[in-house]
Amino acid sequence: MGKIIEVKDLTFHYPDQKEPLFDQLSLSIERGQWVAIIGHNGSGKSTLVRIIDGLLAPQAGTIFVDGISVTPENIWQIREKIGMVFQNPDNQFVSADVEGDVAFGMENLGLDRDVMKYRVDQALRKVNMEDFKGHDPSRLSGGQKQRVAIAGVLTLRPDVIIFDEATSMLDPEGRQDIIKLMTKLHKKGYTLISITHNIDEAAMADRVCVIDDGKIAADSSPAEIFAQEKELIAMGLDVPYSERLKDELLHNGIEVPHEYLTEKGMVDWLCKLHSKN
Amino acid sequence: MNKLLLGRYIHADSFVHKLDARAKLFLSFYFIVIIFLCNNWQTYTLLGILTLVSVVCSKIKLKFFWDGIRPLVWLIIFTVVLQLFFSSGGHVYWQWGIFRITSLGIENAIYIFCRFVLIVCMSTLLTLTTPPLQIADGMEALMKPLKKVKVPVDEIALMLSIALRFVPTLMDETTKIMNAQRSRGVNFEEGSLWHRAKMLVPLLIPLFVSSFNRAEDLAIAMEARGYRGGSHRTKYRQQVWHRNDTLVMMLFAVVTGLLIYLRK
Repeated sequence: MGKIIEVKDLTFHYPDQKEPLFDQLSLSIERGQWVAIIGHNGSGKSTLVRIIDGLLAPQAGTIFVDGISVTPENIWQIREKIGMVFQNPDNQFVSADVEGDVAFGMENLGLDRDVMKYRVDQALRKVNMEDFKGHDPSRLSGGQKQRVAIAGVLTLRPDVIIFDEATSMLDPEGRQDIIKLMTKLHKKGYTLISITHNIDEAAMADRVCVIDDGKIAADSSPAEIFAQEKELIAMGLDVPYSERLKDELLHNGIEVPHEYLTEKGMVDWLCKLHSKN
Repeated sequence: MNKLLLGRYIHADSFVHKLDARAKLFLSFYFIVIIFLCNNWQTYTLLGILTLVSVVCSKIKLKFFWDGIRPLVWLIIFTVVLQLFFSSGGHVYWQWGIFRITSLGIENAIYIFCRFVLIVCMSTLLTLTTPPLQIADGMEALMKPLKKVKVPVDEIALMLSIALRFVPTLMDETTKIMNAQRSRGVNFEEGSLWHRAKMLVPLLIPLFVSSFNRAEDLAIAMEARGYRGGSHRTKYRQQVWHRNDTLVMMLFAVVTGLLIYLRK
């Protein structure tokens, strides 16, 4: 396995800020892992991934992506390894047609047209958008636009895909769609980093990192993180539906298990409880 | 609002639609040049027939061409009237002060009218039969030689295609902001000219701010996908030059020859 991303002693502050946003932050991510980064607004989640991709330069600290350090000289090599999907589906669409947009990253690499054509078809098939090849982006839904953005990233064959709040501007259906697609990509072996406010998305990850005021406040499996209900609320975060249900049951005098239950786990437990009575 | 600008392209499966955008762009400009070779009725008839054939070949309803001429009606009338009353030479039919109608004046007025209608029809034909993205690609191809004098053609082409891609987005945004301001009591349609101009402020400022935000987001997204400008980029969209394009170019060359021959 091995580590694909290593951040060591990162210090960063925006020019107009007095306090540093990150002070000596360290984090490492295993190859093939799905890490969800959660935290309240302004906690520095987006900044962190932008520093990893070399879009922002830190004041101190070292970052390694697949063994290569992120420096101004290596930046283009790093960006071939990392694909990013951003929050606003409208603002990351470069071309006036779907296939042109998917091919944009490959044009930048100077690939041959035959290679591009093959990869565009392949990537659009992977995200189930092959019927929309010639469409114009203004006629696609938000979820479809995000799928096109993911296709654009896939054509570059990255190791890591970063989702910077990619589901936050979508309707519930589009969001589920993208989360399903993320699960599929995770199974294929991509390393995923998803920044999110959506608790369902975080629950699907292997590991959840909670960032609070530029520090890693918690870093563990979703089950363990979500069991600390009070702390989550104190950090301004939501708790998953099953935890809220457990809380309500407890209020009504029903004994509930302490560990975190997924929705399926909750259903199983409720069935068991029903058959006991 | 959306239909106004980009909806101008009308999809049809016709001879003109299938022509290469570069050929169509070049010929549209070329047509404006050769129309100045015309100076008698034979030459105008020749170009009239050429235009008519092009229009018929495009399978587009005549109504759309009328829509193209309509915004220019006042300019056409103004020019024709000016020619009619202020030309000298030839037989004088009517005179009053500085106004006079002469045989040459009538002739000139008719020629000017023909010239206007033909040019408008041809350029309307270009926009009606070519999708905006292809026009942008065609422009890039025609600008290629300018690279020699260090014009940043690749960057201009990317700018153009991004601008075209954002037209519908910004249109939607404008409508949304207008509706939002209307729901807070701003009235865009009534009042004096000054009042109406002032009402544009709550529309334009948010639109500017959001455009800059979009530009910033797009720039970051482009950079994250490896964009660094320059000429090492390849192109995904390709233009294919067919036999028909060569034929049409040859037809225009023949017409030019005939024009020169028929000229007085």
